Amino acid sequence: MKYEAVIGLEVHAQMLTDTKIFCGCPTTFGAEPNTQTCPVCIGMPGVLPVLNRKVLQHAIRTGLATHCRISSYSRFARKNYFYPDLPKGYQISQYELPICERGFIDIIVGGAVKRIGITRIHMEEDAGKNIHESSASIGPGGGNYSFVDLNRAGVPLMEIVSEPDIRSPQEAVEYMRKLRAILRYLGVCDGNMEQGSLRCDANISVRLSGESAFGTRTEVKNINSFRFVEKALEYEIKRQINVIENGGRVVQETRLWDPIRGVTESMRGKEEAHDYRYFPEPDLVPLMIEKELVDEIAASLPELPDVRRERFVSEYHLPPADALLLVSEKPLADWYEEAVTLGGQPKVVANWVMGELMRLLNEDNKSIEECPLQPAQLVDMLKLIDDGTISGKIAKSVFEEMYRTDKSPESIVKEKGLMQISDSGELEKTVADVVAKHHNEVERYRAGEEKLIGFFVGQVMKITKGKANPQVVNELLKKKLS
Amino acid sequence: MELCRLSIGEALHLLRTKEIAVPELVNDVFQRIDAVDDRVKAYVSLTREKAQKEAVAAQKDIGSDADGRLLLGIPLAVKDNLCTKGILTTCSSKMLSRFVPPYESTVTSKLIGHGYILTGKTNMDEFAMGSSTENSGFYATRNPWNLARIPGGSSGGSAAAVAADECLAALGSDTGGSIRQPAAFCGVVGMKPTYGRVSRYGLIAFASSLDQIGTLTKNVRDTAILMNIISGHDNRDSTSAPQPVPDFTGSLDKGVKGLKIGIPKEYFVKGMDSEIESAVYAAIKHMENLGVIPVEVSLPHTEYAIAAYYILATSEASSNLARYDGVKYGFRTEGRDLMDMYLRTRSEGFGTEVKRRIMLGTYALSSGYYEAYYKKAQQVRTLIKQDFDAVFEKIDLLMTPTTPTAAFAIAEKTADPLQMYLSDIFTISVNLAGLPAISVPCGFTSDGLPIGMQCIGRHFDEETILRVAHTYEQSTDWHRRKPAL
Repeated sequence: MKYEAVIGLEVHAQMLTDTKIFCGCPTTFGAEPNTQTCPVCIGMPGVLPVLNRKVLQHAIRTGLATHCRISSYSRFARKNYFYPDLPKGYQISQYELPICERGFIDIIVGGAVKRIGITRIHMEEDAGKNIHESSASIGPGGGNYSFVDLNRAGVPLMEIVSEPDIRSPQEAVEYMRKLRAILRYLGVCDGNMEQGSLRCDANISVRLSGESAFGTRTEVKNINSFRFVEKALEYEIKRQINVIENGGRVVQETRLWDPIRGVTESMRGKEEAHDYRYFPEPDLVPLMIEKELVDEIAASLPELPDVRRERFVSEYHLPPADALLLVSEKPLADWYEEAVTLGGQPKVVANWVMGELMRLLNEDNKSIEECPLQPAQLVDMLKLIDDGTISGKIAKSVFEEMYRTDKSPESIVKEKGLMQISDSGELEKTVADVVAKHHNEVERYRAGEEKLIGFFVGQVMKITKGKANPQVVNELLKKKLS
Repeated sequence: MELCRLSIGEALHLLRTKEIAVPELVNDVFQRIDAVDDRVKAYVSLTREKAQKEAVAAQKDIGSDADGRLLLGIPLAVKDNLCTKGILTTCSSKMLSRFVPPYESTVTSKLIGHGYILTGKTNMDEFAMGSSTENSGFYATRNPWNLARIPGGSSGGSAAAVAADECLAALGSDTGGSIRQPAAFCGVVGMKPTYGRVSRYGLIAFASSLDQIGTLTKNVRDTAILMNIISGHDNRDSTSAPQPVPDFTGSLDKGVKGLKIGIPKEYFVKGMDSEIESAVYAAIKHMENLGVIPVEVSLPHTEYAIAAYYILATSEASSNLARYDGVKYGFRTEGRDLMDMYLRTRSEGFGTEVKRRIMLGTYALSSGYYEAYYKKAQQVRTLIKQDFDAVFEKIDLLMTPTTPTAAFAIAEKTADPLQMYLSDIFTISVNLAGLPAISVPCGFTSDGLPIGMQCIGRHFDEETILRVAHTYEQSTDWHRRKPAL
């Protein structure tokens, strides 16, 4: 590659809290416009913000999980700009003294660990939403009208800013996946990109491979799904390389990703960049973060994906790739681990989870949290395989039936008569019939073509609808054919 | 008897002994308003009917032992930058000329809890920006002592209303002297508590780190009575302090013997009005006779206070006033597009001084200027605080003139903002340092204009300055004089 991309991501994560960051209004998604508001979050004259303690705890949790330093002294700041969805004319954010600084997240690319630096994590409030409508029925004389919904105004956000350590769209996706997993493990964000709980802006530049200075960067906004992270970055990198290859210069600007047309477009140039006139928020006292609070939060952190992955490898002897996949989502890892704790053989459970379970969930477009199947059902079914009640092959259909109907494996096997036939007396006749029917194959087998045993087993299985115990069939056939 | 002339303390006594009734008291106050307010113009709006109804209800509860309400039936005025639920709150601005808050400020909630009766909302410099009440978006308030003079500002309406007996006392707000300076000009007692002593929730912000709600009263005891009610931590205001609130009336009579009073030499400057200077020196001498020990001290960074103040206050104001954008409430002028609507709304809705300060503050916070202005001003603010910390190791309180001159004439300084700003030269440092201070009447000029003396205390030590001010007041009778209206 002649060129190398340099990427830094700014991720906005909506925090999981019952109430807003500076008032007691609920944060529920999708309510009627302006029903989740109060004088504070709509910026009435004379109101004052009061910090939601949960927000601070969530930010510290996230900082600790991403190996950041937690500031002992932190301040809020006002970011000033005019926009109808910003009721106070400023956003309460953090600027000079963010709550967390200098951390990192490890991602795995091409089997190797790569460390992506976290510059800072800060707390801030979300803005509301403008709704534009053009209708003859609205307003005097009809026409185009804009409405403001302030339900989202004051919903707590974390902004997580990475160092420009990312070198490809694939790394960016991995970083986002890992960050999302961590946030979800911590329970600080639901990670739902479609609903906007996780939003991403990217700073991108390209340079000749091997060069150490950065090229001119652009900021791409409005990247709202994992697919778009990759697509938008790929597009922007290609665009910048094209500009350079054609003798041009990349212009420092903010660009907007258009997911429908699959392009980035200039939104505003450097000259039009806002001067946000940040200054310390005088309505909120500086935060003095005591070590005890940080220690307390540190002690309450759950096991995080990296540690869990290593433990799955050492404790359950899983292949690293299996462990990586299983820990990618906390509920998935929890599901897996519950099955193992209930007595399932770790690798066998892993195969079922990563194979059949994921296949069915994907088919139904369901997340693991919506999985109708309980780990105990899988373990019960595995016992039926182990004790020879059903064959491994039959088990797949039992598994799917369990998933669809929530019945116990035993009752499915009973109802459908799927019990494995291990009784040699019962199988002998079938074996004899098969041997009698296929003279040619019998002769070829006896002439030394031993792999034909599979053909005979297959025939028996076909007749018994897969219920025959393959081992017993094998033995009977060998006896008969010798 | 003219009931409107009563202080809170006197009225409470007469109500309790049933010598007077609440409706009588309230009616007398409104009669007084009717008689003088077309000349004084202290009020922006009156709540007469509501007050009269409440007066009848209050009278029924008077004298019942179970009733712990400390202001039952007392008619008070409130500056029009304190939000009162369901009652017009304009900040004396066209921008909010029809704004009716859906919520009650913490201080007025407390007054309501104690049974006060609101007479009306008082005039002020628009968004509390000014020192003469001439910047009101509606009309200028006049000084009851001389109608050709300004009452001071920005709480000029509250000070004039108290001085003219158009209420028993009033609430105001003080960002750089906005209670103390008009109190001095109008011959009443004006108290700015320690920053954080009184919740700012519901006070329409001018400069958040400097704004403090306080009182304008006819005597120091009334100040203590109101302070007992309005003080204390509020969950809705993170900057309100979790300090215990003493009984401010309890220590008023404990005497002043042996208190060390600092006289800052920077507050007795060349060019200041000689009548003011001699009145304040006389007051200090008077206090010395009562047993205090005057000590000359220095607050060396005083001369930078006004410059630092006008950078910090305007910076905060530029941001605090951004919410008046015509989108959600208040004044709006339609425009061709969003930007045009913003520009027209804010150009037409704000007055000249407000726009001047928004521009100053926006400039001071701009990238490239922030370090030179805002940051530097914060550093100066720290030095000014340290000046006070240093002197308070040696003394118990400071005594200074409240203002360098007595009330000036209407329109005398409107053309020269800098001259106007200088009228707050003795009060501004106190806000930068967040200290409590009180202005009490200490004399009159030969023209018959009141003179005020300022006592500045340690953080959260309102008790000492109230005690000293009360002792001074009780041994003089400046506060008993009334303007001839």
